[in-house]
Amino acid sequence: MKILVAVKRVIDYNVKVRVKADGSDVDLANVKMALNPFCEIAVEEAVRLKEQGKASEIVVVSIGQKTCEEQLRTALALGADRAIRVEVDSTPDALTIARLLAKVAEEDQPGLVLLGKQSIDSDNNQTGQMLAALMKRPQATFASEVQIDGDTLTVTREVDGGLQTLTLSLPAVVTTDLRLNEPRYASLPNIMKAKKKPLEVKSAADLGVTLTNKIKLISVAPPAERSAGIKVGSVAELVDKLRNEAKVIA
Amino acid sequence: MAILLIAEHDNAALKSATLSTVTAATQIGGDIDLLIVGSGCTAVADSAAKVPGVRKVLVADNAAYDHEIAENVADLIKGLASDYSHILSPATTNGKNFMPRVAALLDVGQISEIMSVESADTFKRPIYAGNAIATVQSLDAIKVITVRGTSFDPAAAEGGSASIETLSQVSDTGLSRLVSEELAKSDRPELTTAKVIVAGGRGMGDKAHFEMLDTLADKLGAAVGATRAAVDAGFVPNDYQIGQTGKVVAPELYIGVGLSGAIQHLAGMKDSKVIVAINKDEDAPIFQVADYGLVADLFEAVPELEKAL
Repeated sequence: MKILVAVKRVIDYNVKVRVKADGSDVDLANVKMALNPFCEIAVEEAVRLKEQGKASEIVVVSIGQKTCEEQLRTALALGADRAIRVEVDSTPDALTIARLLAKVAEEDQPGLVLLGKQSIDSDNNQTGQMLAALMKRPQATFASEVQIDGDTLTVTREVDGGLQTLTLSLPAVVTTDLRLNEPRYASLPNIMKAKKKPLEVKSAADLGVTLTNKIKLISVAPPAERSAGIKVGSVAELVDKLRNEAKVIA
Repeated sequence: MAILLIAEHDNAALKSATLSTVTAATQIGGDIDLLIVGSGCTAVADSAAKVPGVRKVLVADNAAYDHEIAENVADLIKGLASDYSHILSPATTNGKNFMPRVAALLDVGQISEIMSVESADTFKRPIYAGNAIATVQSLDAIKVITVRGTSFDPAAAEGGSASIETLSQVSDTGLSRLVSEELAKSDRPELTTAKVIVAGGRGMGDKAHFEMLDTLADKLGAAVGATRAAVDAGFVPNDYQIGQTGKVVAPELYIGVGLSGAIQHLAGMKDSKVIVAINKDEDAPIFQVADYGLVADLFEAVPELEKAL
């Protein structure tokens, strides 16, 4: 079975973002970029399924400009077999991304598609679900455990009150949660080998998708600042402040 | 203009997140219909009909909708969508699961976790772990939206008298099936709606030490939350997690104990009204957002605090 993994290049999760002075977007110039943490978990899960003999090939796909080939190479170094980059020059919305991925899936016919549950930049948490809908296949979001048994998939999901386990018929789309696994690091020899693995570039036109954003970004602003607090010297002082100043406890 | 609002419920009553979403719907304007979908959920309909401002309560009660299986629920909503300009759901794990599927079936985009309504097609939502607020506009004919519960006051639960309509159509795609569910049991208030929250981080050191927070929480009538580090270390179950990838909370009082205040945790709690931090590291980032900070060893400060209350 072939596994398709979608990965995204995002700002490194440790970087504190700045909003551009003109309020048009956040400032990504000269900022450290990385593989979205949830996508890393998706790649790791695909590699583990291959190691278990459940998958034959891992294809990673990313949609973006040339720079995202860096993240595709990272995924190849982690164990993916080949990569596809879909060239776009703007930032498509989640539905457009899902449309492009659906076309890639149609060509490659994967038995399983893995994505992160959300990207830490747009925080949308939509693409996997949209892709499943477009492929008319089942979905399992926020996965913390994945098991393949023949053409059945059993997935444990992290839901509000605890955990929920579903069985789905393959092909299916799974989005990863933080506790699914702990991603490995790419070793230097694997990073070198990854440079020789195939990376194919396609355009949206090749895939027959017109890029039309229906969700329009009007402006971006920094969040409201909290007014500076104070340090108290003792528990007694803290309780007094909470009782008499903030009035949040009786 | 009419709004279809998919209710979050526990088969007995509406969850508070639903009432917050009703407030968001009221701000958008138009007739509001509440959809109760599930299995064995008819009891919720009566309480839903009492929510002021609701025109109609639609009830889809069928085994196919047990635990709100995304494939079947999305199919059902798609079938109802043509009568509506907006489809709203709380941004709970259920809403996050089926709403993007609904949007794609309708060939429209989705706007996730709105925190304010600017107009009927323009909304504010947090991006980059809440470090930036984006204003976004939907150009689609049907707006599919999830609503951040903590950003809208809950609507009144009593006073209305909506009509109740039972839906007979059943969407069963047969694509997935529930095997089991393991829900954490807690007598404390629910994390996302609690007025007071006591949260612990890696500094708690041990699972057993979290009992200290339990005792403190009981005294305050609070819910207990945690950081990712505390969950990963196995101190508490994952549904305790507050942050960008866990739950977003905005209580009256948040007390963070033995947690540093990483960007990803702050994303889930920095809209709390009053933030208290107890940490022995005076340079911990949590002190930058805390209204009241106490630099102290939590193993001394927490029992002392509990005694003082």
